[in-house]
Amino acid sequence: MGIVKLPIGPQHPALKEPENFTITLDGERVIDVDIRIGYTHRGIEKLMESRTYTQNLYLVERICGICSYAHVENFTQNVEEILGLQIPKRAEYIRTLFLELERLHSHFLWLGVAGHEIGFDTLFMYTWQDREVVQDLLEMISGNRVNYAMNAIGGVRRDVSEEHRKKVLEGMDYLEKRTEYYKEVAINEKTILARAENVGILKPKVALKLAAVGPTARASGIMVDIRKDDPYASYPDIPFDVITTNTNDVLGRVVVRVLEVFESIKIIRYLMGHLPDGEIITKAPRKVPEGESISHTEAPRGEDFHYLRSNGTEKPERYKVRTPTLANLPAVAEMLKETYLADVPIIVAAIDPCMGCMDRVLLLKKGKEKPGELIDGERLRRYGIKWYAERGWKA
Amino acid sequence: MFKGLVKWARIKSPWILHMNCGSCNGCDIEILAALIPRLDAERFGVLLKGSPRHADVLVCTGPVTKQMKERLKRVYDQMPEPKFVVVVGQCGSSGGIYQGAYGVEGGIDKVIPVNAYIPGCPPRPDAIADGLIKLLASIAKGGNP
Repeated sequence: MGIVKLPIGPQHPALKEPENFTITLDGERVIDVDIRIGYTHRGIEKLMESRTYTQNLYLVERICGICSYAHVENFTQNVEEILGLQIPKRAEYIRTLFLELERLHSHFLWLGVAGHEIGFDTLFMYTWQDREVVQDLLEMISGNRVNYAMNAIGGVRRDVSEEHRKKVLEGMDYLEKRTEYYKEVAINEKTILARAENVGILKPKVALKLAAVGPTARASGIMVDIRKDDPYASYPDIPFDVITTNTNDVLGRVVVRVLEVFESIKIIRYLMGHLPDGEIITKAPRKVPEGESISHTEAPRGEDFHYLRSNGTEKPERYKVRTPTLANLPAVAEMLKETYLADVPIIVAAIDPCMGCMDRVLLLKKGKEKPGELIDGERLRRYGIKWYAERGWKA
Repeated sequence: MFKGLVKWARIKSPWILHMNCGSCNGCDIEILAALIPRLDAERFGVLLKGSPRHADVLVCTGPVTKQMKERLKRVYDQMPEPKFVVVVGQCGSSGGIYQGAYGVEGGIDKVIPVNAYIPGCPPRPDAIADGLIKLLASIAKGGNP
């Protein structure tokens, strides 16, 4: 049989979100992969320039519905850095609590999706049922299940009461018991071993070269975790370990995430035991002075990077987001080579892709067109403002 | 009689196709959360399918990006008659928070006809299940909802 090009997506049973993989096949074997993104590009970065900082809190949260809190944490950190605000200790602890609860729910979610991709739907039902425990805790404290609207510039909007504290600790006890069980399943269950062992190999050297982040890199034995490398929020106070494995395959990524759940539970217990008293919010001015700031956090999927430039008004001048999935996509293309077609869904799922938060504009050019002009960021920005002004849009 | 049988079958087992048209994933995970044991939408016969050819109900999320517009139309056309469209979430209903962004059409109903809206950002899983049941009830009463 000759070489076949197989397009998967944008709407396909194996994909949860619209994206396109064009896979070149020799029989069952994958030779080459071409990934096309951009189907969920909405233009959030541009939209942010036309909204105030307070409005942007809610827009940033909706970059992604799964790791929404990591985005909003980055945004508030950026604004607070330019303002020179020191947020209260208690607010920092509550923020860290939310970051870790989000990691718990995201990892449970991922474990379920991975189970679903290898035809192990029982695991999907089990983990998603346990994920509801985390969702209930998030809802109890913040009032929302998905986009929590917890952060304000200068602190957090809701406090953690004594009753909440008890319920969170109870929830952690339950989840720890369940995770013990998932650990057993991940390491011993034949269904998982058969589909995950030695599949989607990413060698440490390649992972470094392609700049993989988060659990994908940690499963290749690379110690990279922003919580340790460049601590933010209240992570400097908290003792925890960075989990790595050196199996380099999908199974390693499962194990890393399951063990990270234990670390998260440990962190949450520490936070609940050492919650300082005091205010939860300080007053922040509406206008932000001129300045630049970058911020990165360890989202459940890896390093989430934000850049902000302000110009002294109520609205940001430029905002830039680099999400972990974008950083991990080149690694996916590498992992998919020389595997079998049936393993494609689980390998793609193994990086925990979140296309919703990643999509950038792509310019596709046919071969014979003239090469475009290369312009720098500042000129591009001015060109954009002029383009919009000509069409009667306000910046 | 045959018509009655088809209608009965459709109400007892509506197969749904989930399509993400540029949403933030918040609604998508809540749709899946409606299918898990806590709510178990499957007891109403709701089954998540992968192909538009098998689906009775198209469950859409997201504000319809420019890229997804043509694809949404195509998937809608591929579904067999009679078909129903349910929009989950605020941005699918009206563009929501993304209104005014250059990459966004603003609402599923700008592209294809819609039968039911489930508001919320994102709606709770029980609201999604409730919306589906209300759609079924209105089909049972007769005609299109």
